[in-house]
Amino acid sequence: MIAELGHFALILALCVAVAQAILPLAGASRRDAGWMAAGSSAAVVQLLLIAAAFAALTHAFVTSDFSVKLVAENSHSLKPLIYKISGVWGNHEGSMLLWVLILALFGALIALFGGNLPPTLRARVLSVQAMIGAGFLAFILATSNPFARLFPPPADGNDLNPLLQDPGLAFHPPVLYAGYVGFSIAFSFAVAALIEGRVDAAWARWVRPWTLLAWSFLTAGIALGSWWAYYELGWGGFWYWDPVENASFMPWLVGTALLHSAVVVERRDALKSWTILLAILTFSLSLIGTFLVRSGVLTSVHAFATDPGRGVFILALLVIAIGGSLALYAWRAPQLKGGGLFAPLSREGALLLNNLILATAAATVFIGTLYPLVLEAAGGGKVSVGPPYYNATFVPLMAPLVAAMAVGPMLAWKRGDLSGALGRLKFAAATALAALAAASALTWGRPVLGAIAMGAAAWIAVGVFAELAGRIRLGDLPLGQSLARARGMPRSAWGMTLAHLGLAGIIAGAAGAALWSEEKIIAMRPGQTVDLAGYSLLFEGAESRNGPNYTSVHGVFAVSRNRTPVTKLEPEKRRYVVGGQETTEAAIRTTAAGDLYAVIGDAQKDGGYVVRIYYKPLVAWIWAGAAVMVLGGLMSLSDRRLRIGAPARRERDLAPDAAPAE
Amino acid sequence: MRLIRPMLFGLAALLTAFAAAAVQPDEMLKDPAQESRARALSAEIRCLVCQNQSIDDSDASLARDLRLLVRDQISQGRSDGEIRDFLVERYGAFVLLDPPFRGSTLVLWLGPAIVLLAGAAGLAIYFRSRRRSAADAVALSDDERARLERLLDDRDRRA
Repeated sequence: MIAELGHFALILALCVAVAQAILPLAGASRRDAGWMAAGSSAAVVQLLLIAAAFAALTHAFVTSDFSVKLVAENSHSLKPLIYKISGVWGNHEGSMLLWVLILALFGALIALFGGNLPPTLRARVLSVQAMIGAGFLAFILATSNPFARLFPPPADGNDLNPLLQDPGLAFHPPVLYAGYVGFSIAFSFAVAALIEGRVDAAWARWVRPWTLLAWSFLTAGIALGSWWAYYELGWGGFWYWDPVENASFMPWLVGTALLHSAVVVERRDALKSWTILLAILTFSLSLIGTFLVRSGVLTSVHAFATDPGRGVFILALLVIAIGGSLALYAWRAPQLKGGGLFAPLSREGALLLNNLILATAAATVFIGTLYPLVLEAAGGGKVSVGPPYYNATFVPLMAPLVAAMAVGPMLAWKRGDLSGALGRLKFAAATALAALAAASALTWGRPVLGAIAMGAAAWIAVGVFAELAGRIRLGDLPLGQSLARARGMPRSAWGMTLAHLGLAGIIAGAAGAALWSEEKIIAMRPGQTVDLAGYSLLFEGAESRNGPNYTSVHGVFAVSRNRTPVTKLEPEKRRYVVGGQETTEAAIRTTAAGDLYAVIGDAQKDGGYVVRIYYKPLVAWIWAGAAVMVLGGLMSLSDRRLRIGAPARRERDLAPDAAPAE
Repeated sequence: MRLIRPMLFGLAALLTAFAAAAVQPDEMLKDPAQESRARALSAEIRCLVCQNQSIDDSDASLARDLRLLVRDQISQGRSDGEIRDFLVERYGAFVLLDPPFRGSTLVLWLGPAIVLLAGAAGLAIYFRSRRRSAADAVALSDDERARLERLLDDRDRRA
């Protein structure tokens, strides 16, 4: 009964979304306040209806109602409650429902907190948002009904894949989706602005907080997924350039470019047309990502061609949304008047360089991800595009970005003084060279790219501090006054400082872990010792253990360094009884210098065990850096100029000499 | 093991391999230099029955066969290039995670550079046209200048 109510709520939500797509749009062109206001109420009603459907599905999972097909296929009565709940989105139908729920949530937030938007803009934004919603609700109802029943119901469910029964992964999809889908707001704003034919600094100020919010979530979601892969998959990798990862990375790259170009629209009234295009592209890439992972096209082009149902539906949505918005862009964008002028060497110019490189990077990932599919579909044979391709294309692209990153924030708007900026970066350059030299000396004989990356990370980090010092005039003014200036700095400036610092951490961590990692893969018998990266690991033994729904081999290693005991590592290898799947539970000792990572494998005939020990230098910096980056996004979001719902005129409250921020 | 991510996104049917077994100690070559060559090479060879894994991190039995094959060839003294050619002859270019540069992969390899150059050219054109329109905007005609002065006078009088 409750499942049917959920299904019914979903159908009603589709009806409301259709009304919300039409009424406010028509109202805005007829200047009918009543019709425009209907958009806001519809957005809230739509959210409530989808939330009701989501709650109904969650209820079915929590109560283990196996007469619902989805629950029977993806849950089990003995599963812990948290994984019953996360099981709701651990499958195709449920995750699409989560997708539209988040879409409707963002729509309702615009309705509730968009009181300061001009009524016509708000009406049009809500209408565009509802068009997307209607498309995906129709998709769910037509091809992926999560409430389909099963008769007769089985006695128990098939269980959720044990690898997914992990707290890190339970929250990865909602966070990732909040980012992915959150970019719909920027898209709706862009399309609404094209319909209005007007883009100004106020528009940019309304779009930026939403973009920042989506970007922060997407950053956190990607980092969470990478962290889970690192500790759960059992060999210490953190990024694979897998098409599914790329699907979330492409919107992140273009979304990052969008964040930067929106600054130029806001501060200088320039780059409007380009910013609109980026907003459209960011969400288009989210849609393409949804298509890639949802249509089955990644599995096999042939499987997609022979059983196209879902794939073709999403593809049609894709063509309508992307084609329609780009056509509208081609028609209306030329009418957008460019604003402030600037020289190539200026803050605006540096932000444009950032945009050029990030857009090229996204295009590289796009080509690498889609090329094999297109080539095969066109009958050109099968080709694999793996990490070596991205190492040869994406990584070199980052070099100019990193080089410019420290310089850009020091250039003035309109016309910058490059030699002045470089002069202020002398110390950063010296530190970067010192870091490079030190890293080369420490890792002589290893890939030199690692040392270069350390230099790059030092360049960014010290550059960030040099910029901060200049902003608060450290050393120039008495310390107290400098600190007062630091306190008075706009939060969006702190946001930039933190986000850039976070990237320095990610670069250092990724390079250290990928290029300097050490490993030992050996068969060990109890009592034997293995040495790695200055640690000594004594294998004390292994025993069989019984978990709640698995049996495991549990190994114990006593770790010491210079004969001083450090810790015990206890990796496990589990075999889940129901499905027979095996998982590794790596034992990890994390320090700022690096992670010691132990995995135990199969027992050998002679009583030994296959043991894998890895040392991953600096790897924790990746996630610490990502966390700092997200913190920067949230800090910037809390800036009162950008705060959702804060009236735009508040800007005057700021001190007139408050430095420009991004 | 990395197959699990597609699974999360709904491609459950794909899952074939689970444990993170990959390279086993009994497969390894005695000579550390040869073994490290084998590791580096097999990280760039695709496990053909997996979705997106190299033979170095897959525990599929085919991956093990290929790992042993690679090591066998290395101990016979073949070069990395010869082994790659041998595998491509047997399994097609699909087996290489590092796609070869040739006619069918021209767009793949040159695409990023073309995008970058096109973008840079677009930027150059943008700055040039902006400069020209800026120059246009500065040059007011005498007529316009007179009108502007009248307007400014007007405003001063009112203020």
